[in-house]
Amino acid sequence: MAALLVDQLVVRYGDRTAVDRISLAAGAGTVLALLGPNGAGKTTTVEALEGYRRPTSGTVRVLGLDPIADRAQVVPRIGVMLQRGGVYPTMAAGSVLRLFASYYANPVPPAQLLDRLDLGQVAGTPWRRLSGGEQQRLSLALALVGRPEVAFLDEPSAGLDPAARRVLWEVIRGLRDDGVTVLLTTHDLDEAERLADHVVIIDGGRVVAEGSPAVLARSGGAAEIRFGGPAGLDVAAIGGAVGGAVVEERPGEYLVAAPASPANLAQLTAWLAEQDVAVADIRAGRQRLEDVFLRLTGQPSAAEADRAPKARRRSPGAA
Amino acid sequence: MRAFRAQARAEVLMTLRNGEALLLALGIPVLLLVFFSTVEVLPTPAEVAEPVDFLAPGILALAIMSTGLTSLAIATGFQRGYGVLKRLGTTPLSRPGLLAAKVVSVLAVELVQVAVLVPVAVALGWQPSGAVVGAVAAVLLGTVAFSGLGLLMAGALKPELTLALANGLYLVLLLLGGMVVPLASLPGPLRAVAQALPAAALTDALRSSVGAGTAVPTRAWVVLALWALATPLAAARTFRWE
Repeated sequence: MAALLVDQLVVRYGDRTAVDRISLAAGAGTVLALLGPNGAGKTTTVEALEGYRRPTSGTVRVLGLDPIADRAQVVPRIGVMLQRGGVYPTMAAGSVLRLFASYYANPVPPAQLLDRLDLGQVAGTPWRRLSGGEQQRLSLALALVGRPEVAFLDEPSAGLDPAARRVLWEVIRGLRDDGVTVLLTTHDLDEAERLADHVVIIDGGRVVAEGSPAVLARSGGAAEIRFGGPAGLDVAAIGGAVGGAVVEERPGEYLVAAPASPANLAQLTAWLAEQDVAVADIRAGRQRLEDVFLRLTGQPSAAEADRAPKARRRSPGAA
Repeated sequence: MRAFRAQARAEVLMTLRNGEALLLALGIPVLLLVFFSTVEVLPTPAEVAEPVDFLAPGILALAIMSTGLTSLAIATGFQRGYGVLKRLGTTPLSRPGLLAAKVVSVLAVELVQVAVLVPVAVALGWQPSGAVVGAVAAVLLGTVAFSGLGLLMAGALKPELTLALANGLYLVLLLLGGMVVPLASLPGPLRAVAQALPAAALTDALRSSVGAGTAVPTRAWVVLALWALATPLAAARTFRWE
């Protein structure tokens, strides 16, 4: 039995179709990542599984149960991290966690969880005075305190600094090792690649692609080299050095139409070294999810748009 | 049960640690009681000997209203706005459990209010009668009516609007509730409106029971009972958790 099952789910808000016949499944003890830009239908899908959204049609099952009809049986076995808010603003972090612990039959000792998520220092601080990253970590703690069999983490790494993000990844891997099923949504392709056993890419309320991160990254992969660096490099000169056409696909993103042989890579890096170019990354032989995403959805993902300084904005609606 | 107890405790502590809520629950009632008992600027009905005999039941009614209506509406409205109620929806704390915890917390705060206000009133010369049963029944009905009204606002409106409306209603019902200003001082049509509101009915009930030691007028029971029935039903039908 799949721990999570979504079959032909449709959710409409009035005239707007947020989720349009999405199907997915996750086995027990696996990490499933839902990847997609803002407004793709990620949160709506997760909230249907959490019992917050009634499907317009189709079915959702959590541990074989209907999250709305069987709410009382489902909620003790799941942990939920909302995208934002959800905590009494004036209540101290430690008190909130102890309160949530009291809802469950066999909770994780709150002190242990605070320690594990590096929140011991702020246990006496009210929620509203916590930093964004601390609020995220407390939300995660609240999702995990009841020892859930299924954890729903909606953009868990939003607002986390790199150190906190590593702690989060550590925790998610630990959950999987303990047999917990994790459904996480993310904009961050790197995060999906690192954590997920299975990635489902959705856009416009539909599944665009799915598979293991490795399979997705390989599919359609061509004999080419990609690298990132400063915008406006002399593509003709690089092409001459490497022996293949070079195009700047987007500012600072280069595609070299040459097989990713050690010789070609050596020539490319030699040229870059000669010019003393600061290289962001070089990908050879295998595409990154970012590239897959671009190819499948025909647009840069929201994560990529966020990185472009002028495009920085947050969608007010649910993603 | 453990979840419910912890939740009720948390709700009480949140109210008692909240400065604004405390001002509303104790500060303003004590201030009004002491001020108008010692400074005789308000008209006092002929049937009472001292201003405090008139004021004490009215201020008790005000205290009940501030907790059931204003504090509950504001706190619940903001909890809804912050997504707290949504988040609690996926915990084993059931919605009836959450509501029960809120009821218990309102009653607990009311006990604290009575424990403070009655001694203050007695110190000011109030001599309450022993007709406690009628008073308790009236307070329970009033609490249900006001809490229903508070949840009706909190569950349907934006938190900021709930805040404004709850405070506005507090002031209107304070003035029209016969709490500090005798209903007899109001012009006829306004008095008729005031008498149909739960505030005046509760004041009336308290003033006759613990105040004068006489039977509570039937009209007060009917008004209180109707409001206590109507507002929770309306709230249950319209309450949105997100």
